[in-house]
Amino acid sequence: MPRKSKSALRALLLLAAVVAGAWALNAGALASLNPYIYRILVLCCLNVILALSLNLVNGITGQFSIGHAGFMAVGAYVSAAFTVYATPRLFGVTAEAGSLAAAGPFIVALVLGGLVAAVAGLLVGLPSMRLRGDYLAIVTLGFGEIIRVAILNIDAVGGARGFAGIPPRTDLAWAAAVAALTFIVLRNLIRSYHGRALLAIREDEIAAEALGVPTTRYKVSAFVVAAFFAGVSGGLFSHYTYLHTNSFTFMKSIEVIVMVVLGGMGSLIGSVLGAFILTALPEMLRFASAERLIIYSILLIVLMISRPQGILGNREISWSGLLTRFRRKRPGEAA
Amino acid sequence: MQELFQQLANGIAWGSIYALIALGYTMVYGILRLINFAHGDIYMVGAFAAYYLARLLHAGGPEPSPLLAAVVLLGSMAICAALGVAIEYFAYRPVRKSSRLTALITAIGVSLLLENLGIRLFGADPKFFPQLVAPRTITLADGVIVTNHQITVVVISILLMVGLTLFVHRTRTGKAMRAVSFNRDAASLMGIPVNRIITITFAIGSALAAAAGVLVGLTNPKIEPLMGIMPGVKAFVAAVLGGIGSIPGAVIGGLLMGVSEYLVVGYISSTYRDAIAFVILILVLLVKPAGLLGRNVAEKV
Amino acid sequence: MNGRNMRFRLIALLGLLLAFAAGCAKQSNEIPVGVYGSLTGTTATFGISSKQGIELFMDNVNQAGGVAGTKIHMTVEDDQSKPEEAATAVQKLIDQDGVIAVLGEVASSRSMAAAPICQQAGVPMISPSSTNPKVTELGDYISRVCYIDPFQGMVIAKFARQTLNLSKAAVLRDNKNDYSVGLANYFSESFHAMGGTVVADEAYSEGDQDFKAQLTVIKQKRPEFIVVPGYYTEVALIARQARELGITVPLLGGDGWVSDRLLEIAQDALDGSYFVSHYWEKDENPAIQKFVNDYRARYNSTPDALAALAYDAAGVLVHSLEELNKSDPAAFKSLTGPRNAKQAAARAKLRDYINATKDFPGVTGKITLDAKRNAVKTATFLGIKNRQYEFVAVVEP
Repeated sequence: MPRKSKSALRALLLLAAVVAGAWALNAGALASLNPYIYRILVLCCLNVILALSLNLVNGITGQFSIGHAGFMAVGAYVSAAFTVYATPRLFGVTAEAGSLAAAGPFIVALVLGGLVAAVAGLLVGLPSMRLRGDYLAIVTLGFGEIIRVAILNIDAVGGARGFAGIPPRTDLAWAAAVAALTFIVLRNLIRSYHGRALLAIREDEIAAEALGVPTTRYKVSAFVVAAFFAGVSGGLFSHYTYLHTNSFTFMKSIEVIVMVVLGGMGSLIGSVLGAFILTALPEMLRFASAERLIIYSILLIVLMISRPQGILGNREISWSGLLTRFRRKRPGEAA
Repeated sequence: MQELFQQLANGIAWGSIYALIALGYTMVYGILRLINFAHGDIYMVGAFAAYYLARLLHAGGPEPSPLLAAVVLLGSMAICAALGVAIEYFAYRPVRKSSRLTALITAIGVSLLLENLGIRLFGADPKFFPQLVAPRTITLADGVIVTNHQITVVVISILLMVGLTLFVHRTRTGKAMRAVSFNRDAASLMGIPVNRIITITFAIGSALAAAAGVLVGLTNPKIEPLMGIMPGVKAFVAAVLGGIGSIPGAVIGGLLMGVSEYLVVGYISSTYRDAIAFVILILVLLVKPAGLLGRNVAEKV
Repeated sequence: MNGRNMRFRLIALLGLLLAFAAGCAKQSNEIPVGVYGSLTGTTATFGISSKQGIELFMDNVNQAGGVAGTKIHMTVEDDQSKPEEAATAVQKLIDQDGVIAVLGEVASSRSMAAAPICQQAGVPMISPSSTNPKVTELGDYISRVCYIDPFQGMVIAKFARQTLNLSKAAVLRDNKNDYSVGLANYFSESFHAMGGTVVADEAYSEGDQDFKAQLTVIKQKRPEFIVVPGYYTEVALIARQARELGITVPLLGGDGWVSDRLLEIAQDALDGSYFVSHYWEKDENPAIQKFVNDYRARYNSTPDALAALAYDAAGVLVHSLEELNKSDPAAFKSLTGPRNAKQAAARAKLRDYINATKDFPGVTGKITLDAKRNAVKTATFLGIKNRQYEFVAVVEP
């Protein structure tokens, strides 16, 4: 009992620290950065959430999902629909962005978007009982496309014209806080008993099964958790910029995969790095104007050839690890 | 009834295109276990190669000659075969030993590169594909109308598929291909030049994609640099549907996709045309996890 | 270990350099104007046409000495045909390049992503060809020079019902394209109101190559005409395939049809069809002739509607700049200067001049902005006979 309340207290403190940190970051960024850099930072955070959650499926569990944008779309549209249609009825008049009164309904919208996306994740994860590798990949891809076509045919969320009239709610504080929470949750998950089971599935599914790991249940769970976070990221996205299905094409899923692979499969820090680099890189290449995507694709190929395991491989960066590395390196550098 | 037959006839013609593209996917996958995402873009390059060849040879005039049309078709296939070999050599070979996802991303990079180079070199606006064969409509029994282009598509597709099947099953190179596909290391130990076989596979697969590109240009004479994306994805679905790695599977998958798209538009709703391919796919995979004709490989412990 | 370190350093250095290069704001005596559009991605062809139209106009202005001796510096950003990228591109134009006005987007969804940013920053934005009525509702800094969907939908319905005296329509819409969906909806609404019926409503997706399935369904319903409110990129193929299936009724469409590729691809399949245009290529109006000839000379192709509208959007902006210079040279001068309160006031004035545009003689007609900052223009109906366009009627707003 005391231990439980202690860990609950620790979690609460951590949450408070994250929220305070994100708030401070936002205040600092607003004061010192121009809106363009600020906007890129927000998009970076949203991509961090996507990359981290996809890493759980592709990197940690060793499955092969190429339809992550579909979950994002589900979360985006569900939470946006909640904000537009349900919030005024449930919570009264829509409050100003940034005010505390707006935060409550927004959290509900985000969580709801995440939950519906998680249900979608369950539906997509179920075939993974029977399907492996590329067959699973194509099912996830198909799911993403089905979602997009379905949204195009729902008039209440605007169809091809896009969903107009969503009040802006997301700022850097929200994006950074959710990104940090995603990171913490996933890191703890990976370090837990369950995380070891997921890694075991990646390394050798048959051996894991033989050792009594319920592989199917774990694989489906990985999908569900990943879909939840992708959905939340979608919710943040839809309350930040104009919502249209063109943002959730197959290419978006690919972009997230590239972030994961570039950062290093199985490395959470790698995913964060990958998300930042791949969000910032196209911006840095703007000087090349029409040739931008040509350069981008060539860079992609060259990177994959020169560093196929990604930037960090499957290593994590931690403070203690950094310190030991630093100490070890010292004499080498002097020589 | 007439409507049903009309939809079926057009569905088969359209499905043949999917089948041709799916064949290339399935061959490359069978040998390298690589989803060659650039395949749809090679199909696009095939169409553009034919476009420029036809203009060079003045093949699209008012009096089209079948000989020139054949030259354009073969020329475009040759160009794309060379392109496929180059892509394999420069992009895929260096990552062959890396993880599957790394190879996939490389393939995506190549695909993006071809699309954006296409926009840069050919221009983003759609081009009119010259009429290599004068169009003619033919009314079949019961008022079903088809064009001579559609018949050409189906005939050429069948010829190429039969030729490919014979090649894989009756020639030494085909036998070597099957060996490499079955077990690359063992094949290598038996003295089969694996690299050369892979090169040949890419050449043939890309040539088939080019043929599909030319045939689409013939029936629907509008080509553009991004025309390969959707057919590429759908052909991949067709290949998986039929059982990836299987040649008859790709053909059946392609035809099934084409026909079902037509039936969906005809009898359900045109707004769900693009989604239906995937719904069918998922349903089939749930019943037969390795596709219609795919082999279920036992897991090795 | 060393090699990897080196590579990391190189990458970091490169990143820093690029960030620096991107961060360098333009310091010159030119008026910075931003253009954003889909230079890549699924609708690249429309974005490139628009860019070329603007480029042509601005270069003409600069060659003639600029606006009151001050040249215009144009910065073009690509949005990859994605709404969130459009917002980022415009934010970059405003913050990094310090533009004082923005021209762009074709797609309404991307204009709607970018418009709030322009509104918040107080930078006037003129959309050349976003037709969704909601675009200009986002704020008083946002305006457009094209028709809105309800108008064009109504005009097509009126033309079909009253001029052609037809009552059974079929609609074939591009379900992925907001322009096409908007036009189709407003057409159906107006056509019903005028006593017509829509017997079939089918959909395709932009980039499709094959429409025979939809057309077979439409054929069975025996419509008197088919409305295809899409872009020429697909319309030409639709027309061919309709004729191949033995459908002989006329097709009707909006300004998305305008391009010389239309008849090149359709050949004679569109004979007997009608569409809305902004101008007629053979119009005697010297401005139109100059535009078409200049465009042809420079880009080796005939302009489509998007290029013409973009050309006019640039025209309206330049005209407003001239007006501003006439009435308040100091404010005009501040547009080339640093971003401060004085310039913000000047931009607000520029906005007022844009919004007060009246009878601007553009190539797409006389442009007057109404209270909602939508262009009010006449619609020209062109018919197609023997692969030639011919003038049919003008419909007043």
